Amino acid sequence: MVSSFEKKFVLHLPSSTENLALIRDFVSKIGAQAGLEQGQVSMIELAVDEACANVIEHAYGSDQTKEVIVRARLNEDTIEIQVEDTGKGFDPGTIEQKELTKLIAERRSGGLGMRMMQMVMDEVQYSIKPGERNELRMIKRLKRS
Amino acid sequence: MANSFAVSNAQHGEISILMLDGFLDAHTAPDFEEAIQKEVNAGRTKVVVNCEKLTYISSAGLGVFMTFIEEIREAGGDIKICGVIPKVMQVFEILGFHSLFDIVGDVPQAAAKFAEGAEGG
Repeated sequence: MVSSFEKKFVLHLPSSTENLALIRDFVSKIGAQAGLEQGQVSMIELAVDEACANVIEHAYGSDQTKEVIVRARLNEDTIEIQVEDTGKGFDPGTIEQKELTKLIAERRSGGLGMRMMQMVMDEVQYSIKPGERNELRMIKRLKRS
Repeated sequence: MANSFAVSNAQHGEISILMLDGFLDAHTAPDFEEAIQKEVNAGRTKVVVNCEKLTYISSAGLGVFMTFIEEIREAGGDIKICGVIPKVMQVFEILGFHSLFDIVGDVPQAAAKFAEGAEGG
């Protein structure tokens, strides 16, 4: 059933880290329009930045001819963000969530973005079909200002 | 513009101060990485990262700190972080950076931390 209040937004853009600022602005404007707390908007912006940076750098290997799609669906209680790509995909189960101290000892920083998304969003789900369509769906339950 | 970023460098005795300004994300993190790499290459391993003008950080920026900290500490130095605004501090705290790095109010306090370390041997 469709909620009594629901808005949908979509952003298509070339796969380049240069566009991360545009993506953050997109999320920020939606959050402001919906009257969300600034702190909460900042955290959603961060999660979407992380998701898109992973797509741009890992799924597409910084190939700027590819396209990243960000969809946002806002209703009274939640904001749902979906990030889509047609890149090489990955198995989220194989990404080890090591202690930070271990990563530091190994002089590595991999997997931080995924960890960040899981920390700041209420739900994070992947649907991976490499080369066809990969989707990352994140949900945040809302607090309004 | 919401993706501008700059890093500038000042030398105070043996302490290198890197001032970050703007948005540190996957697009701009290579600039920060290059700035720290220059310090390491020059053997300057007492580094203060002044974040008072840093308005945004994502994991790409945090990853730069993580990549270098072990090498710098092994060389007898450290990275002290100062001047962090609340929005950026929240991101540091999400990943537990406050327990892994000295994060202090300003550059003099960061310099004092280096002095304490030197006294403590």
